[in-house]
Amino acid sequence: MSVEAGTEPTTDPTTDPTAVNDETATAASAKGDTAPGTARAPEAGPAPSSVTMTKALNHALRDSLADDDTVLIFGEDVGRLGGVFRVTEGLRAEFGSNRVWDSPLAESGIIGTAIGMAMNGMRPVVEMQFDAYAYPAFEQIVSHVAKMRNRTKGRVSLPITIRIPYAGDIGGVEHHSDSSEAYWTSTPGLTVVTPSNPADAYSLLRESIASDDPVVFMEPKSRYWMKETLSLPVSTAPMNRAQVIREGTDATLLAYGPTVRTALDSAEAGAEHGLSIEVIDLRTLSPFDDETVSQSVRKTSRAAIIHEAAQFGGYGAEVAARLTERNFTYLSAPILRVTGFDVPYPSPKLEEFYLPTIERVLDALESWDWEL
Amino acid sequence: MTIDVPTTGRSLPQLQPISFIGADGRLTDTPTEGLRIPSDATLTGLYRQMVLVRRFEAQVTHLTRQGRLATYPSAAGQEAAEVGATTALAPNDWLFPTYRDSAALLTRGVPVAEILAAFRGDWHCGFDPHEYHTSPAATPLATQTLHATGFAMAAKLKGEDAATLTFLGDGASSEGDTHEAFNFASVWQTPTVFVLQNNQYAISTPLREQTNATMLADRAAGYGMPGLRVDGNDVAAVFAAVSAALARGRNGDGPTLIECLTYRMESHTNSDDPTKYRDTEEVEHWKQFDPIDRLEKYLRTTGALDDATVAEIAEAAETLAASVRDAMNQEAEVDPRELFAHVYSTPRTALAEQQQVLETELAAAGCA
Ligand SMILES: Cc1ncc(C[n+]2csc(CCOP(=O)(O)OP(=O)(O)O)c2C)c(N)n1
Repeated sequence: MSVEAGTEPTTDPTTDPTAVNDETATAASAKGDTAPGTARAPEAGPAPSSVTMTKALNHALRDSLADDDTVLIFGEDVGRLGGVFRVTEGLRAEFGSNRVWDSPLAESGIIGTAIGMAMNGMRPVVEMQFDAYAYPAFEQIVSHVAKMRNRTKGRVSLPITIRIPYAGDIGGVEHHSDSSEAYWTSTPGLTVVTPSNPADAYSLLRESIASDDPVVFMEPKSRYWMKETLSLPVSTAPMNRAQVIREGTDATLLAYGPTVRTALDSAEAGAEHGLSIEVIDLRTLSPFDDETVSQSVRKTSRAAIIHEAAQFGGYGAEVAARLTERNFTYLSAPILRVTGFDVPYPSPKLEEFYLPTIERVLDALESWDWEL
Repeated sequence: MTIDVPTTGRSLPQLQPISFIGADGRLTDTPTEGLRIPSDATLTGLYRQMVLVRRFEAQVTHLTRQGRLATYPSAAGQEAAEVGATTALAPNDWLFPTYRDSAALLTRGVPVAEILAAFRGDWHCGFDPHEYHTSPAATPLATQTLHATGFAMAAKLKGEDAATLTFLGDGASSEGDTHEAFNFASVWQTPTVFVLQNNQYAISTPLREQTNATMLADRAAGYGMPGLRVDGNDVAAVFAAVSAALARGRNGDGPTLIECLTYRMESHTNSDDPTKYRDTEEVEHWKQFDPIDRLEKYLRTTGALDDATVAEIAEAAETLAASVRDAMNQEAEVDPRELFAHVYSTPRTALAEQQQVLETELAAAGCA
């Protein structure tokens, strides 16, 4: 199957005028980002072509539907329209409305019915239209999706994949740019995955759907239009493993989803200041890959974690604590967090002041006492 | 310009609840919506099960007062709804109960020790859902209504001959999930029966402060499904209505809402004091509508029940009560290592590290 290259459309402003600021979205795609080369393409296969993250995700869904009759896709506007980000485009036409369909508009209803379907042998892949619109389903996710296996001593497992487009930097209006990962990662029973590039998006989504555990699959909206030259299908490093995507010896930057690009750019900028910076893409937030990250931090002795979500009680706090507990004697400086401020995600004209920038990352690096 | 107005399929439930057997044990003259009274043989079976269930509830309530169970929500007084609805299920159908539906679990064949494991504090769900075609009893209100809908949707997609039944309370009917479930089930035309046990209270909140609707069964119309209001203390009516609704669902005609008017005779759980929110007069009033008394009167007039059968059933109830006592007198076997065993399908390093902490503690305590 060949993958269409080209400029992927943004959210259709005529169908969801509040969703995405069209200009900003195009600007994001026009950054012309390329992936940090995590893909290992198979020997034979279709010729490589330029693939956006949305296309890679779409391809993963299509292959999962084709491989396994129990895979079902439903959610708000995922059928005819193909989702507001077009991730499910064409799937209803290809697999029929018994496999891919538009559900009534109710997030708790979507997750709650997915639970029943999974209990009856299905593998539902459901979409929450935007990060903050998963909140009506919070109860079903934390009280049931996460706990059913435990409650029933493993007799009932729920192989549900919950796709959540998340985070900002796309000029979205209120409630369209939240980073909700800390809610999910502090819930035992959930696996939380977030790719930062098209190859991982394909590979991790395939793995998530095949997993017998429920997965919250967080898609960084600002990376949806990122392109990579790829032959799909592709199999990248396994889920639950972090990856060193740039080697360095002086400090480690940890990032995931939308901030991987920020981390790489900061490392690049750091090199100009004579710093050799290692960058790790966490890929899976829960479970946390202590091994890969600790190894890097023991080598570099300094680490900073970058995320868009607010700092207090955020995911970075967990990372800093774990790394300190395990590697205290190897550290020559405190582990830092470069994050969004502890304020609600701002409106489009202010988001550039909120988001962690290369400058803030460099400031953090500079704050360490390098003489020690 | 004219606007097309669809006029078919819209009807509101009748105000007078569907009932076959009145409080006096005689056939009523209230409308029965084309439903047929179950045979005497079926009714005798329902009588027997209600007697067993009542004895079970009394025994468990007693054990809870003795501190053998951490908590218990009794459905004493609601036997007709619990038993009538559950008995109507075919073995392949799935039940989606809540915390108050132990009587339904018992009717479904779940062993008493497995039903009570949750309330004694052994484990959240003590039975295998697949074995009894019964979901773990949900505690977050109304969440199970969506699970029942989704399960039925999968059955429909797979072409399975299975329907689902879920219980919810009058309080739970105010939750958003109830409305989402009604809507999803109706849009998807799933074979789901929603049995709303209107027992007049949600903990201490009376129905009139829960809803301003004339009746809860009316809500069905807004979702494009049939709603029935049933005398929930008349097991004949409950069984007939639920059987018809299940048949409807299996036939591809979608979900049904059945409101059972009933009354909770005990406190909400052992930890609340019902005298704070209701008076004894009210409780006495509802005793006149006792589901077991009236069926016994009726079946004695038809000749289906005699003293000997009643005595035999009472004896079976005592045997059941004894088995409940035995089960609860045995120390529960809990294995702390199981804390980690059922969180994920594959092992997790971080969990293994925490498990090691526990292992060390257990070894130090001589429990290795
Ligand atoms: C979402 C949620 N909110 C609150 C509670 C606490 N709670 C447990 S039972 C109950 C009352 C429920 O009343 P009703 O639905 O009428 O059922 P009944 O207990 O009368 O059978 C409440 C408020 C809960 N279990 N779930």
